[in-house]
Amino acid sequence: MGLMASAQVALRALSSNKLRSALTMLGIIIGVGAVVTLMSAGNAVRGFITDQFQSIGSNLLFVAPGTFETQRGPGSAPSGKGLTNGDANALLDPFLAPDVAAVTLELTGSDVVDSGGEEAFLSISGVSPNYSELRNAGLSAGRFFNIGDQVAESRVAVIGPIVVDELFPENALPIDEQIRIGDVPFRVIGILESRGGSAFANEDNVVYIPLSTAQTRVFPSRGSRGDFHISVIYAQAVSEDRTSEAAEQIENVLRQRHEIMPGDDDDFTVISQAEILASAGDVLGVITIFLGAIAAISLLVGGIGIMNIMLVSVTERTREIGLRKAVGARRQDIRNQFLIESVVLAVVGGAIGVVLGLLGTLGIGLLASDLNPTLSLQAVALATGFSALVGLFFGIYPATRAAALNPIDALR
Amino acid sequence: MEAYSSVVASSNGPVIAVKDLTRTYLLGEVEVRALRGVSFEIEAGGLLAVMGPSGSGKSTLMNLLGCLDKPDSGSYLLESEEVGRLNDDQLARIRSRKLGFVFQTFNLLARTTALANCELPMLYAGVPNGERRERAERALELVGLADRMKHHPNELSGGQQQRVAIARALVNDPAIIFADEPTGNLDSKSGIEVIEILQGLNRNDGITVLLVTHDPFIARHTDRVLRLQDGRIVADEAIHHALIAGEAERPSNLDLEEEIA
Ligand SMILES: Nc1ncnc2c1ncn2[C@@H]1O[C@H](COP(=O)(O)OP(=O)(O)OP(=O)(O)O)[C@@H](O)[C@H]1O
Ligand SMILES: [Mg+2]
Repeated sequence: MGLMASAQVALRALSSNKLRSALTMLGIIIGVGAVVTLMSAGNAVRGFITDQFQSIGSNLLFVAPGTFETQRGPGSAPSGKGLTNGDANALLDPFLAPDVAAVTLELTGSDVVDSGGEEAFLSISGVSPNYSELRNAGLSAGRFFNIGDQVAESRVAVIGPIVVDELFPENALPIDEQIRIGDVPFRVIGILESRGGSAFANEDNVVYIPLSTAQTRVFPSRGSRGDFHISVIYAQAVSEDRTSEAAEQIENVLRQRHEIMPGDDDDFTVISQAEILASAGDVLGVITIFLGAIAAISLLVGGIGIMNIMLVSVTERTREIGLRKAVGARRQDIRNQFLIESVVLAVVGGAIGVVLGLLGTLGIGLLASDLNPTLSLQAVALATGFSALVGLFFGIYPATRAAALNPIDALR
Repeated sequence: MEAYSSVVASSNGPVIAVKDLTRTYLLGEVEVRALRGVSFEIEAGGLLAVMGPSGSGKSTLMNLLGCLDKPDSGSYLLESEEVGRLNDDQLARIRSRKLGFVFQTFNLLARTTALANCELPMLYAGVPNGERRERAERALELVGLADRMKHHPNELSGGQQQRVAIARALVNDPAIIFADEPTGNLDSKSGIEVIEILQGLNRNDGITVLLVTHDPFIARHTDRVLRLQDGRIVADEAIHHALIAGEAERPSNLDLEEEIA
């Protein structure tokens, strides 16, 4: 008997006991569904984080005072010499740092902000006029600061959409309205487009003011040379493939300015987007593997379930096996029949599991609207292939047992 | 069924020839000597009954002759081929090509139509799909079940189930049909119907038929009776005027055992 005929027999046997076939497949269905859903979700989170960094701005390097170990929260006095306006301007020197195309400066803090009617404790960022370009921050209304505002230390503010909601619940477009940061009155000149929460902070919830105004009136803080402190420098490399060179040049310039001896550690940190992305990717990778392992275990349990039912089925169908042998079935015919039955159970279970995984993926997309999960084809292939192997592996023992039955004993 | 001519013995020698066949079962420590040296020959086209008390080894003998089991010693020539030492797959091949079985308990696959049950042996003989169906239909028509092809076993009477089983035994065009107490689970009327079919296959198609029975009246429908006792053949009798199934009335007070003897 050919494999096709064996398959026919196996399918007939499975379909004549649909409920049991369905229950047998349940383990595999859940296992494969879990694998597909988890891997799709993992990919979605990875994609989401990549998008977040892309939205921060391309070719961007972050320069922060202190090292990761010594760094404190925003607004607190940094260890070491900190970063100053002078440091940032030095990075623009075309001879010392030829791969740095532009820099933008930010001084962050927080304070009570009052719109007359409403009051909120908010993050305040003093930033350079080119901040909006470097950070890809678009405006939905009004304008961003310009050089004039910077020079005049104007008391003007650009606010995020959540700030608008909090301070002006009645007014969706509070251009030219007054707000007070601490004691200092500001005029709202622009509203940022919503960017959604990033992995680290929600930039929709920030009040932006000119750096000069922040340094002189809101968070005055000077370095040892009388220079103003800043919280972070964003440096843009001339191109994506020059970011590591740019980072090296920034390091050299700042070590010189901070008079750090060769062999001593930096008192600042330069991080590229790629590095952040990579470390986030590492964490995600570990999580994905961990979830994958759990899913694989459930597949394994599903496989054992199949073996269990197949063994019961062999015992239960002893008479049938005996009869098949009596009318001419060879060992291999019986073995193939049972093997195909278990592989079909596993593969059909796997296919249903993929559909379940697809639904799970869609479900995640509905629940977490920020994620854009797509069915991971890799996971589908992996799960289906793996479930076929599970069916084969766990089918071998019951099938061999069935094939070895003696027709006389089986018929009695 | 139409009248039949008397048996014409095949000129190619016996279809079955066994010599000193033994079979001993091991039940733990205990040896059960079910067959203790059995020898006989059967000419092609024979219609035989095997009789004997319970436990005398009738089923054991049928299983050996049907290539479902292997003898411990002795020789078994099936159509001049020694089959006693063949391996399992070779025996399966012989069962598939040459032999048909009918069991006391019918042994039809439940949840499977009469037609599909009849197709089963052809599946293992590698008969193509369309031909399988055609031959199964023909076999069912032959046993008078043309209108029951799509029925499942639990929708058929015992006699009908046994007729499906006979149709199943027929489909691969066997040389010999073995029937171990084919009427054992049937009332006398259904039993005679089954015998009528087997007789017809023997007379019209020249198929050799061996049946085990406890019923002397059934045995009188055959040409020859082998009697077993304690694993040995104790009598081998020819019946000269076999009854024609359906024509003879079952005698109510006649001692058939004596009449045969
Ligand atoms: N598989 C087996 N294992 C052990 N002993 C067996 C086995 N099959 C049969 N026997 C024994 O062998 C002897 C012959 O059994 P067999 O089934 O051939 O008898 P039988 O003539 O068919 O009886 P019945 O008329 O009751 O069907 C009996 O004593 C029986 O108990
Ligand atoms: Mg018996």
